[in-house]
Amino acid sequence: MRYERPETIMDATALLAQASDSAFVLAGGTDLLVKMQNDDFEAELVVDIKSIAGMADVVETDDSFVIGAAVPCAALGEHEALCAAWPGVVEAANLIGSTQIQGRCTVAGNLCNASPAADSVPALVAANAQARIAGPDGIRTVAVEDIPTGPGKTSLAKGEIIEAIVLAKPTDRSGDAYLRFIPRTEMDIAVVGVGVCLALNDDGAVASVRVALGAVGPTVMLCPEAAETLVGTKLEDAALEALAAACSAASTPIDDKRGTVDFRKQVAGVLARRAALIAFERAGGSQ
Amino acid sequence: MSSIAVSTTINGDDVEYLCQADETLLDVLRNRLGLMGSKEGCGTGDCGACSTIMDGRVVCSCLVLGAEAQGRSIETIEGMANGSELHPLQTKFIEHAALQCGICTPGFLMAAKALLDVNPEPTEEEIRFWLAGNLCRCTGYDKIVRAVQAAAAEMRGEAA
Ligand SMILES: Cc1cc2nc3c(=O)[nH]c(=O)nc-3n(C[C@H](O)[C@H](O)[C@H](O)COP(=O)(O)OP(=O)(O)OC[C@H]3O[C@@H](n4cnc5c(N)ncnc54)[C@H](O)[C@@H]3O)c2cc1C
Ligand code: FES
Ligand code: FES
Repeated sequence: MRYERPETIMDATALLAQASDSAFVLAGGTDLLVKMQNDDFEAELVVDIKSIAGMADVVETDDSFVIGAAVPCAALGEHEALCAAWPGVVEAANLIGSTQIQGRCTVAGNLCNASPAADSVPALVAANAQARIAGPDGIRTVAVEDIPTGPGKTSLAKGEIIEAIVLAKPTDRSGDAYLRFIPRTEMDIAVVGVGVCLALNDDGAVASVRVALGAVGPTVMLCPEAAETLVGTKLEDAALEALAAACSAASTPIDDKRGTVDFRKQVAGVLARRAALIAFERAGGSQ
Repeated sequence: MSSIAVSTTINGDDVEYLCQADETLLDVLRNRLGLMGSKEGCGTGDCGACSTIMDGRVVCSCLVLGAEAQGRSIETIEGMANGSELHPLQTKFIEHAALQCGICTPGFLMAAKALLDVNPEPTEEEIRFWLAGNLCRCTGYDKIVRAVQAAAAEMRGEAA
């Protein structure tokens, strides 16, 4: 294995573009180094992106937060403006692993690892986060939900690196939330995760909403059918019932020792209700 | 495989070593530098026995490449005591019998130190959440939490 620590994103993409297929970006390494312990895992090249200028910064612009791909999740929780603007995204990112994992793991790594149970991803999808991708052909920006294509698989082309995750500044009357179910209180993989982000109109009813489900399908998925149930409502019981039913119906989970299909479907509905209520309250809504 | 030359700072001292690209920082500390205090419980980030502090953040050294330490500042358990004078956390771990076999202890001490460095007055809940990535099969955790509370109180200058 070769280890490279380029100082520019151009050098990093060139290294990856020229390498064989067993070349990997190294961000926090909390997935990659675990895989490297496996005897069957072969990496010819590892490209550490942490020395690239700007990658380790959260930059606040007039209309957005640009989270560099090397920013550890712990630093998101320390960023006051980001916490105030996107509490659900930050809470989701801060649920990943332990204190030790938090000091290293990144949201871009969580996304590119492409686990259906990745905790930060439903929150990012709900928040309509965008991934800024650098590659041999230049920069492109895509919605976060378009990155994972299946368990462990992404739509990134050879040589492409996510440079930053971009979150727009939220509008005044909006809020987001993420909840997951795990059998313990810490250090476990989500059995179900739900992210909700909504904005209210002048009457205090839901104007727009995004709902994303984790761990109940091959990828984290945006669920427009569920979102529709809330538009125009103030989260009355009937609306919440419809939301829960839509989330359960959209879930196509696996059956394993951590949760049966029926259980996961039901929990998806329950968490969606609770996350929607938290997001509504954060948006300043009242019933 | 050619070796990588790394210059870093460990417990305040400039250190240089050669390592392989796929070698973890934990292996470098233990096998190349003779710093055997950091333990390997799992090698996969689950147990915290290998906890070290890198640029002020506690990390699992089993999930860091030795090559990544270039230009960084690393603290290990070997740097915790000041000569023969134990750190308050170490003293309180002994007084509270917060260890039995001791395998987890260096990791707990480094993680607890990182906590008290940023939060001198943590609540019991904050201590328990912060230390959730450190596993102990012997003590049942309670004595560890008490020891951290007592050390924090002493470091704040309060009678424990
Ligand atoms: C003990 C432990 C507990 C964990 N708990 C959780 C948990 O509760 N919830 C959860 O969701 N995850 C958990 N994880 C998994 C992991 O910590 C997260 O997925 C983390 O966010 C990965 O980020 P990283 O920066 O460490 O990724 P890395 O390991 O550096 O990379 C992950 C993958 O993405 C690729 N990659 C990374 N960055 C980029 C980029 N910028 N562009 C293109 N490709 C990239 C890498 O090549 C690699 O294939 C846990 C892991 C451990 C070891
Ligand atoms: S040995 Fe590193 S976490 Fe267990
Ligand atoms: S003292 Fe034995 S594992 Fe903690």
